[in-house]
Amino acid sequence: MNLIILSWNYIRSKPLNTLLNMLLMALGIAIILVLILLSSQLEENLNKNKRGVDLVVGAKGSPLQLILANVYHIDFPTGNIKLEEARALTRNRLIAGAIPLALGDNYRGFRIVGTNHEYVQLYEGSLTSGQLWKRNMESVIGANVAERLNLKPGDTFFGAHGLSVADMEHEERPYKIVGVLGRNNSVLDNLILTNIESVWAVHEHEEEHEHSEHADEPELGSAYESGLPEGDEDAEITSMLLKFRSPMGAVTLPRMINSNTNMQAASPAFETQRLFSLLGIGVELLRSFAYIIIIIAGLSIFISLYNALKDRKYDLAIMRSLGASKTKLFVHVILEGVIITVLGGALGFVLGHGLTEFLAGLYEKSEAMGLTGLVFVKQEWWVVVISIGIGLLASVIPAVNAYKTDISDVLAKE
Amino acid sequence: MIIINDLAFGYASHKVLSIPQLQVEEGKHLLILGASGSGKTTLLHILGGLLAPQEGTVRIGQTDLYRLSGAQRDKYRGQNIGLIFQKAHLISALSVQDNLLLAQYLAGMAQDRGRVKEVLTSLGLADKLYKKVKALSQGEQQRVTIARALLNRPRVILADEPTASLDDTNAHKVIDLLKSQAEQNNASLLIATHDQRVKDQFELQLNLATL
Repeated sequence: MNLIILSWNYIRSKPLNTLLNMLLMALGIAIILVLILLSSQLEENLNKNKRGVDLVVGAKGSPLQLILANVYHIDFPTGNIKLEEARALTRNRLIAGAIPLALGDNYRGFRIVGTNHEYVQLYEGSLTSGQLWKRNMESVIGANVAERLNLKPGDTFFGAHGLSVADMEHEERPYKIVGVLGRNNSVLDNLILTNIESVWAVHEHEEEHEHSEHADEPELGSAYESGLPEGDEDAEITSMLLKFRSPMGAVTLPRMINSNTNMQAASPAFETQRLFSLLGIGVELLRSFAYIIIIIAGLSIFISLYNALKDRKYDLAIMRSLGASKTKLFVHVILEGVIITVLGGALGFVLGHGLTEFLAGLYEKSEAMGLTGLVFVKQEWWVVVISIGIGLLASVIPAVNAYKTDISDVLAKE
Repeated sequence: MIIINDLAFGYASHKVLSIPQLQVEEGKHLLILGASGSGKTTLLHILGGLLAPQEGTVRIGQTDLYRLSGAQRDKYRGQNIGLIFQKAHLISALSVQDNLLLAQYLAGMAQDRGRVKEVLTSLGLADKLYKKVKALSQGEQQRVTIARALLNRPRVILADEPTASLDDTNAHKVIDLLKSQAEQNNASLLIATHDQRVKDQFELQLNLATL
């Protein structure tokens, strides 16, 4: 027998009351946890995938869409830009590096991205098998693509036009897989990479249906390692990821590009921040709602403790007569409140993580965003602190009452 | 041995209790008689260290009860004074065994299941060890409170109206039980009551109404 067992027995003797208080507490905690888990993972993911990219240049349109489509591969591209115009831009002395991207096709929902080897280096991708692409129609697939579609080097597939699953397939020219990338929780995991000319080739094919018979032999692509490929004057790419040579680039380049060219420049840092401030309102609202639930839980624990202790006056007086000091009774009551909130907090912890995992499973893009309920983030320690704090706060007044119990008075009044 | 000197207690101007001198030898029993409102319970509470008197001293053996600090007095009470009340106040959230273990724990004594069993057996409650308090009859509950009071081998047993709600047979049984248990444990037994039925069973009597 000790105070914890004693408090626990009292809690057990009122199961319904305890359950209600625990559920209230758990609900509040769970909502907060879901918010913490989702927003922290989203933020981490967004920050990770934009590192090394100072500026994205693409077709005019929504700058946020440009970033979402070309950096995170979750939105549709704004359109295409002329290859020559892009090439002219790369000669600017403020630009240290430029990686071209050609989007537009997918294979079973995984995007096919035409680019060069620098794109793999940007995200520190490494091969687990095979090699990077060199020839046209060679491709390298991300870890999730390989796992989900059960593909390996040597396999071939037909790309489908568009960025969603149901679109028509380009049935004439198959891609050949030459390498598989290891998982590194970046966008690479969910992409199929090839060179830009392959993406062109698939589309040219459609336009020049008649004389396609001799184009099938593999040819070495141009600029597959770095730089922009050679193309005719009509050639287009979707976007370019730029790295500045100096901070001066951030000052002058966006304005220059936006006003002097047919292209648009958008900063990933700025756009993701804008995205967060937009999402932030909703998150804040939900968070306040969760805190209100937690406060109500605290209030409910306070009321039930307060009422229960009115009935337990004799119990407390008897315990004093058996030798318990005032402090012991104080701790006994405090423990009761803390045990309920900690149990509620623990339930909320399980519920919050479970709910996050469930939500991540419901939303198909969540894998691409790296969302899961099965991680622990540091902010969750706050939840532990909050639940213990609420328990203390809710039980302090009943505990003071227990501390002040006048034993003789209570016992004489029977 | 219990020694009271110049004891006085009262609310405002109204004096409830005044005992110049009282001494109960080790192992002797005392019956405190008086009508309700005569201060029996007050005296018992003062003797039990539950209620500080306005004047005077209460000594049990060498210990001056009201010179101890609050927490010291609580501990002293838990280890040396067994209290029995008119109603059986047990902790209903706990089993019979846990009620008794709690008494050992709160008094700061070692928790001894063997002793718990021994005391319950001597009161004919051995089979009730794991029962919830609510599952016991009124009489059984009363006996558990007696077991609880005896558990820590107190030097003094204070009982407040232990027979008030019992019929003649049970009243005599309880008094006999208390006396025999007190003798077994070599404790002083002090009973406060207005119950005339128990009058003949005690040599030493204090009638508060006559003060």
